[in-house]
Amino acid sequence: MREAIDRHSFELVALAIAASIAAHAPHLPIWLCIAAPTTLIARVALRRRGVGPAPLAIRLPAACLLLVAVVLHFGTLFGREPGSALACGLLALKLLETERARDARVAVGFAGFVLMSALLFVQSLVFTIGVSLILIVLFAALVSLQPAPVETRQRLRSEIRVGAILLACGLPLAAAGFMLVPRLSTPLWGGKDRSTEGHTGLSDSMEPGALTELLIDDSPAFRVRFDATPPAPQQRYFRAIVLSNFDGAAWNRGHRGDSARSEEAERAGTPVDYVVTLEPTDRRWLPTLDLPFVAPPGARFSADRELIADDAVSQPREYRVRSSSRYTFAPALSAQERARALALPEGFDPRTRALAADWRAANADDSGVVRAALDLFHASFRYTLHPKLLGRNSIDDFLFATREGFCEHYASAFVVLMRSAGIPARVVTGYQGGWWNDSGGYLLVRNSDAHAWAEVWIASRGWVRVDPTAAVSPARIELGAAAANDASSWAQSWWVREFRNHFDRVNGWWTQAIIRFDSLRQRGLLTPFGIDRANQGELLVALSLVLAAVLLLATLWAMRESKPPRDDALDAAWAALGRRLERAGVEPRPSEGPLDLLARARAALPTSAATLNGLVGDYVALRYGVDEPMPERVRFFTSAVRKFRVPRRVKKRKAASAAQR
Amino acid sequence: MAATIAELRIRALAYAERRLPALTRLRKPETLPIRLDRRRIYVLPTGFGGAFGLLLFVMLLGALNYANNPALLLTCLFGAAAGASLFAGFRVMNGLSLERIGADECHAGSPLTLHLRFAPSRHGRPSLRLRAGDIETAFALPRGVEGGTTASIAATERGWMRAGRLRVSTDYPLGLFHIWSWLNPDAEFLVYPAIENPAPPLPSGDVRGDFASRAGAGEDHAGLRDYRVTDPPRLIAWKASARHDALLVRDAEHRSDDALVLDYATLHGLDHEARIRRLTAWVLAADAAQRDYLVRIPSGTFGPGAGAVQRHACLRALALLPYA
Repeated sequence: MREAIDRHSFELVALAIAASIAAHAPHLPIWLCIAAPTTLIARVALRRRGVGPAPLAIRLPAACLLLVAVVLHFGTLFGREPGSALACGLLALKLLETERARDARVAVGFAGFVLMSALLFVQSLVFTIGVSLILIVLFAALVSLQPAPVETRQRLRSEIRVGAILLACGLPLAAAGFMLVPRLSTPLWGGKDRSTEGHTGLSDSMEPGALTELLIDDSPAFRVRFDATPPAPQQRYFRAIVLSNFDGAAWNRGHRGDSARSEEAERAGTPVDYVVTLEPTDRRWLPTLDLPFVAPPGARFSADRELIADDAVSQPREYRVRSSSRYTFAPALSAQERARALALPEGFDPRTRALAADWRAANADDSGVVRAALDLFHASFRYTLHPKLLGRNSIDDFLFATREGFCEHYASAFVVLMRSAGIPARVVTGYQGGWWNDSGGYLLVRNSDAHAWAEVWIASRGWVRVDPTAAVSPARIELGAAAANDASSWAQSWWVREFRNHFDRVNGWWTQAIIRFDSLRQRGLLTPFGIDRANQGELLVALSLVLAAVLLLATLWAMRESKPPRDDALDAAWAALGRRLERAGVEPRPSEGPLDLLARARAALPTSAATLNGLVGDYVALRYGVDEPMPERVRFFTSAVRKFRVPRRVKKRKAASAAQR
Repeated sequence: MAATIAELRIRALAYAERRLPALTRLRKPETLPIRLDRRRIYVLPTGFGGAFGLLLFVMLLGALNYANNPALLLTCLFGAAAGASLFAGFRVMNGLSLERIGADECHAGSPLTLHLRFAPSRHGRPSLRLRAGDIETAFALPRGVEGGTTASIAATERGWMRAGRLRVSTDYPLGLFHIWSWLNPDAEFLVYPAIENPAPPLPSGDVRGDFASRAGAGEDHAGLRDYRVTDPPRLIAWKASARHDALLVRDAEHRSDDALVLDYATLHGLDHEARIRRLTAWVLAADAAQRDYLVRIPSGTFGPGAGAVQRHACLRALALLPYA
């Protein structure tokens, strides 16, 4: 145990370390991406030439250098990115001093920690599977550290195999543990580290591409519990921010005080009551379904009927709202408001204005202009999360050149068209859709459900919601952002599309079942067992029960009688013949050889004498006549024994003699 | 007070014997074969295993704190696989059956090499370790065939010696758990006496006992008989054969003429053990020189003769001489 580990083990440990660091590669600073593999390769190469571990005089300055480099690069040592960079660097340095089994084990354990922390950055299905496969390499490295005096051939293969088997055996227990380990309702430390993540949620300005970051962020934005039935998927519009000012490039809220009196609104249709649990955003907007009517405590309505909290939401916040999907919002528009809703910057997008003027001339009715715009989008536009870049006249470029984009492009272009045609309009950002959680009974809305649409003011109806994106990609509204983005890949051959669809479904399952599995859904887990809302104690009890059951099964497996193998088929067949004779009343004695047994059997079973002669003769020839009996002949003998039937008459006689006794 | 403690101790031992028979059973030597089962296999986490558990706990806390489910899944997978390794390790030990144990020829002062043979088993048993005394050897048993290993134990005194408790253990597969059991086979091995080194040369031919004079001297043909096919050529009396036109060999019973006599009683000035050591050295020297020799010690007279049988008989008698 004290001596240096062999080359094979060492290089497998090095591989495990390299793979663990590679899992972090996407977010490591570039200098570390170069330095860490160089260190590993240099150490492996030097060790092959017989150079021992690096002395402290090299390791200590290297560690200090790493520390300084991380601080210089990130400005701090704390947080996710600096922490992971530091851990990866230290892991690479650990190999420098690794020489004996003990160090190697520590290095592999540390590699496991580094590997796990890689999942703090990326949580996708493919990445998680990849990381789990790296776990096999880690296990194989640990196995290779065991003394293995035999089986030097294909050593790596057998070690990888053991690692994979261990991982596979661990799966059921891991699944049980995953489901039943009680989740924390509030973090023990830190929180979400939002400031460093650039994880901002909706913002009060919108320029092309601003939402892209958000649309690929799968983390939850908020959850909604409805008192009654939830609205249909295409009705789930959560308003958050109203953007009225356009400067040619970006939309923003403008400088209207929040204290302005809210525009009046009349409710029609049945109200919807619901409770929103908002994840921290560090901002003040509280999304509400359509038009809210009663502001919750600690929040108030703005003039545009955004719900604004008194303080920034830095902790998860729960609020109850009453909304309605059918309403008349601001039936009369003041002149000032009207001017705001028609304002356009001068000197931008001439072609768009010209197009709008054409529509205006062709349609006396506002609704006709709206329809013309939606028809245009529907006819020749494409939904994609990765549109081409737009120039100075962004709306012109979008409408006449690129013709592709996602919600913010459509909302922005639509509002500019409407304003150019003299129809008051504004951009609204918020969330649309969400995923209905059946077991939890709530609607989960993710940041990726962020959406932008338009409101146009139509005389006598007030502000009316128009979603131009729906004209381009109905799937976006009905199925969600990810589905819509996928549907845009119509150009690919059908099987690629099929594959992507399936893959997306699997990814969706992964997101729903694994990534979004939280304490809320965990509580519903024990419902089939009669526990409606399991608390942490009940979950722990369930976990213990599953653990006990798995341990029991594993123990039974481990203690399964490992009898020496009966490899010899000939012996097995001979024993079978013995059992048949025993049933016929001729019990083989331990002291007697085959021929003596034959003599007795012939006397007791005269009718089978010829068969027995043949069988025993064969056995003797096979067992004693040759060194290694031919497998075909053994098989033949086995089947002959199987065919041998004990005469029935004898049994009767035996029964009769027993009765006489 | 002391009596109470002694009584408590006895009671505790009795309880332990009822609950854990292996703890006490292993003190007594057992007859072969010795089969390891769950009652006598012990498991404890290694130091690395403990550190690994701590690491898992930290990982679990981290994953829970950041509400990161994939990380939690990975942690669970890590832990579950580590748990599975316990059973894999147990399986390596469970059912291990020591069938035979043998030893090489050994003189006191040099290590006694034990050869252990284990019964074949259905699954392979990789990476076992056997510790005898302070020396640990690693071995593996492939599946389906009988396998074994050797171990060395220090043999300090001549005479019968037990193998003592042998510790079989494994850390397989991940080194997280140490799984061990004890083997105490009921087998004794004879340790030959130590060899005097350097030893004086063999006594010269004229140191002859009265046995030589008893055998009818002067008779040329005495002690000769007809050659048989099995006789070694070196026993052929070539000169006598030439005279008689037939192959004659010296008969073993009458070969004491040239037999070297190694007599315990003639070794003056040495103590009991020193005499035994010198006789041992001389027996080996005479055997190496392929000479006939005769050993006379207090427990009897051995020989005259030569070859392995004579050597073993003499060494055995020397080893079993009572201590002074």
